[in-house]
Amino acid sequence: MERKYTKEHEWVTVDGDVATVGVTEYAATELGDVVFLELPEEGSTVDQGAAVGTIETVKSVEDLYCPVSGEIVEVNEAVLDAPELVNQQPLEDGWLFKVQMSEPSQADELLDEGDYASLIGG
Amino acid sequence: MPYTPHTESDIREMLKTIGIADVDELFASLPTEVRIDGLELPPSLSEEEVLRIMSGLAGLNAGQSEYVSFLGGGVYDTSSPAAAAAIVSRSEFLTAYTPYQPEVSQGTLQVIYEWQTFISRLTGLPVSNASMYDGATAMVEGVLMALAKTRRKVLVVPETLNPRYLAVLETHMACEQVEIRTAARGDDGATSAASLREVLDDSVGVVVIQNPNYLGCLERCDELAEAAAECGALVVAGVNPVSLSLLKTPGEYGAAVAVGEAQPLGIPPTWGGPLLGFLACSDDLKRQIPGRVVGRTEDGQGRAGYVLTLQTREQHIRREKATSNICSNQGLNMCRATVTMAMLGKGGFEELGRATRIRCEALKTEVTAVPGVTLPFVAPVFNEFVLRLPVPAREFTAFARQKGLLAGIPLDGVAGCGEFDLLVAVTEKRTAEEIRHYARVLLDFVEEED
Amino acid sequence: MSANVEPRRWGASLEPNLFELGRDGRRATVMPAWDGDPVDVTLPAAYLRTDPCDLPSLSEPEVMRHYTRLSNLNHHIERGMYPLGSCTMKYNPRLNEVVAAMPGFADLHPEQDEEDIQGLLCALNLLQDALCRITGFDACSLVPAAGAQGEFLGMHVIRALHLANGEPHRVEVLIPDSAHGTNPASVVLTGMKPLTIASGVDGRLDPEVVRAAVGPNTAGIMITNPNTLGLFETDIVEVARIVHEAGGRLYMDGANMNAILGKAHPAKMGFDVVHLNLHKTMSTPHGGGGPGAGPICVTAELAPFLPGPTIVEADGVFHLDDHEGECRPAIHAYQGNVGVCLRALAYILRLGGDGLERVAERAVLNANYLLRRVVDEGLLQVDHPDGCLHEFIATGRDWKEAYGVRTLDVAKRLLDYGVHAPTIYFPLIVEEAMMIEPTETESRETLDEFVEILRAVRAEAAADPEILHRAPVHTPVGRMDEARAARQPDLSWLGPCNCG
Repeated sequence: MERKYTKEHEWVTVDGDVATVGVTEYAATELGDVVFLELPEEGSTVDQGAAVGTIETVKSVEDLYCPVSGEIVEVNEAVLDAPELVNQQPLEDGWLFKVQMSEPSQADELLDEGDYASLIGG
Repeated sequence: MPYTPHTESDIREMLKTIGIADVDELFASLPTEVRIDGLELPPSLSEEEVLRIMSGLAGLNAGQSEYVSFLGGGVYDTSSPAAAAAIVSRSEFLTAYTPYQPEVSQGTLQVIYEWQTFISRLTGLPVSNASMYDGATAMVEGVLMALAKTRRKVLVVPETLNPRYLAVLETHMACEQVEIRTAARGDDGATSAASLREVLDDSVGVVVIQNPNYLGCLERCDELAEAAAECGALVVAGVNPVSLSLLKTPGEYGAAVAVGEAQPLGIPPTWGGPLLGFLACSDDLKRQIPGRVVGRTEDGQGRAGYVLTLQTREQHIRREKATSNICSNQGLNMCRATVTMAMLGKGGFEELGRATRIRCEALKTEVTAVPGVTLPFVAPVFNEFVLRLPVPAREFTAFARQKGLLAGIPLDGVAGCGEFDLLVAVTEKRTAEEIRHYARVLLDFVEEED
Repeated sequence: MSANVEPRRWGASLEPNLFELGRDGRRATVMPAWDGDPVDVTLPAAYLRTDPCDLPSLSEPEVMRHYTRLSNLNHHIERGMYPLGSCTMKYNPRLNEVVAAMPGFADLHPEQDEEDIQGLLCALNLLQDALCRITGFDACSLVPAAGAQGEFLGMHVIRALHLANGEPHRVEVLIPDSAHGTNPASVVLTGMKPLTIASGVDGRLDPEVVRAAVGPNTAGIMITNPNTLGLFETDIVEVARIVHEAGGRLYMDGANMNAILGKAHPAKMGFDVVHLNLHKTMSTPHGGGGPGAGPICVTAELAPFLPGPTIVEADGVFHLDDHEGECRPAIHAYQGNVGVCLRALAYILRLGGDGLERVAERAVLNANYLLRRVVDEGLLQVDHPDGCLHEFIATGRDWKEAYGVRTLDVAKRLLDYGVHAPTIYFPLIVEEAMMIEPTETESRETLDEFVEILRAVRAEAAADPEILHRAPVHTPVGRMDEARAARQPDLSWLGPCNCG
């Protein structure tokens, strides 16, 4: 499954028209110890680019943006209980939420791996 | 010059190191148009001269040590243990900075943790911060955090709320474009659930309860909280900490936030400041709590210790996204109140509540024996109540002042009270003789007026 | 003359918390006896708490020992230097404490008659007058209980002026990116909107940037002057002209007023409001986090929007004017931190006009002396090394590159040498920032010792960076697990009391 990226350092994978969203390894490292997450409510409708939650570390709070429009169909309860999962496995168990996309084409327009790598200077 | 160590030779040597000829060059970056030629203030004085001026000014005042005080309204003439004064005069607490470097601030941090524990146990709510400026600003912060949680823009306050707190709420709510509605007082002096329901609907985010209310009356907090919950509003309870020795806690009636003024826990009144606000909340609001919070954790070697925590919502990180601009606490007063609570302990705190109640009921009994003096409100009270006099309250307080009494706060215009109504408070410091004296002075005045 | 410096053992050990110490039956306080008639004090059960409050019971000697031991775990100004930039950690004269504790002040209830508080009103009036003379303004409010409240009130006053002038659309407040985070937060709380503007390459505000940012919706600008880089805003008069021409007002964050006492007036710079931190400039104690005070001074134009009541004098008698019928803001239950104001007045009287001017001179002298030495001796890199006012900002960039240690590590190692760390990672516009403000009350020997400590720490970093990574090791505790504290907050002691 191809992984897409955003300038806000989130990744997206698509299965059918459901997008899974998390933060990138780069973001997980730069942020430092994640201590708390606020994630959107299941069933809520969100627009692309909207702030849907926050990711809190010892020294900062960053907004989480929704990379695609649609309905939140699942949030990762495990990271709410153990926010350190975002640091330990940002691309696997540390995923954040899933969106039933209303406009699946939005996912295609996100950054690909190469674009993102050059964005972070890698 | 006082307080600086520089000798003439120090200054010369330091200027040489800097590479300039005189002190004026240090200020070369100041444009001439903003410059002034010194300050138009008197020249420096010796310590003795300052003491003479300041004690002269202090001598023109007459406070609660010269009068017998029955004043309250949020600030009370309670006792302050000598031990607490001694601890807060220690340089280690007095002159320390905010504990941002926990390794060299464990003293301050642990005192805050102990304060938080006291406030938690008093209010029955699990989370407390490190204190706020005063009871009024604590109430504003409590309301703002609860409104943010409910995402609603209507606040309900009781008519019997401390008018000074209401004024501060009004200033801040106007900025936030929050509507304030008022729940009318009942004839008994308390707020009825029915009158609260009249102003409640689904747009109300927060209901403030004050217990005891400004008139001293105890509110039926359970019923009010139930009415608030029915429409999804959170309760912010304003409470007198001393009353929580006996009274039902905000946690027990389901308040989301408890705030109040902790001045009665050993803080000198100093004409109303610095005081000591406190704020506690339920567990699900802990990440919205404003101000400083201390948590217990461990260092790399597993030694238990304390740090400032949940700080990321503070203004210095959130900047324009912050929901509060608080970046201090009342550290020294918080320390003094913590030591006062430690001095009281379990038995002393309960006794404080009982001693206050005894004096309150004794004063009621004495003054109502004076012809024409009544108690307009029948709701139970804790430490403070309203007297309805046969003479204007202001005339009586002026008379009583001549007899060495601060007789109370005239209530004209407050919560539907009139010019004959007087708010009277007692503390554990009042003696039976002082209370009898109050009644005699009142009797004298009433008879004189007849 | 290089002082011999070495890490110091702290010499005090950790203390159990109070709630672990009590024993049933111990007492420190007894209530005064009641010798009146017995009275019925029962209240209906519905009003009462179910269980008594579970609190520890200790004797007075135990309480004193507990808090004295805790106090020994603190660094404080009478123990050693506090080079905390922007915090102005100067000596706190004991005279101030004696004055504030005088019963004639401390015992006053806020609802007492004017006749009983004439001396207090005279004192507060004197302080207001002195602060106006220090800032060049016309009116003063002592009510703000902290700098942050001063900011709120100052911006509220500006907002009230625009509303009174029929210009409710003026809600935009310009704030340089070097500002303290409280500035934007305070603006938001007044219902206005902060707009961040970039500070220039030399850390100062560029009038052209301000000119481009102002417009018909401009409410004003908030400027810290001297700014958080320890530099005077040399173009301030021009900036003020631009903002005033656009219809805005200027707020000065007076956090750094210590540098210009008796040298310049905020009013002459074109400001309309300034707040002063009495706990910085006027030597009142920080008390481990408060209480402070943040009075504001304003132009005559803004005076009608200050909180009531105000003090007025007629024939030597002082009155409180409630301004009935006017719409005045209320930000505190009473008149703010009066006890802190009295301390500040004692300080101002003691120093006098001449002494306050010396304060600025020696604070700036100390900062420049330290700046010169640490730069010339290669101990710290400073982006603006030519001179400063009361403080300077070093960057730990070169330590990071050369030794792999960060500013945090340097700060922590300084603790092992008995000095407090500088302010770090602020302002945000300087990488690995270390903000150093020695204040006027430090002696040349203390500054020299600080230089030697920096030299010793730098040598350690070069020899074995691990020493800094592990630091501090001589303090009562080492670096704390802050992630754990925030993930599983333990905010109060849950165990039962008096079980031993």
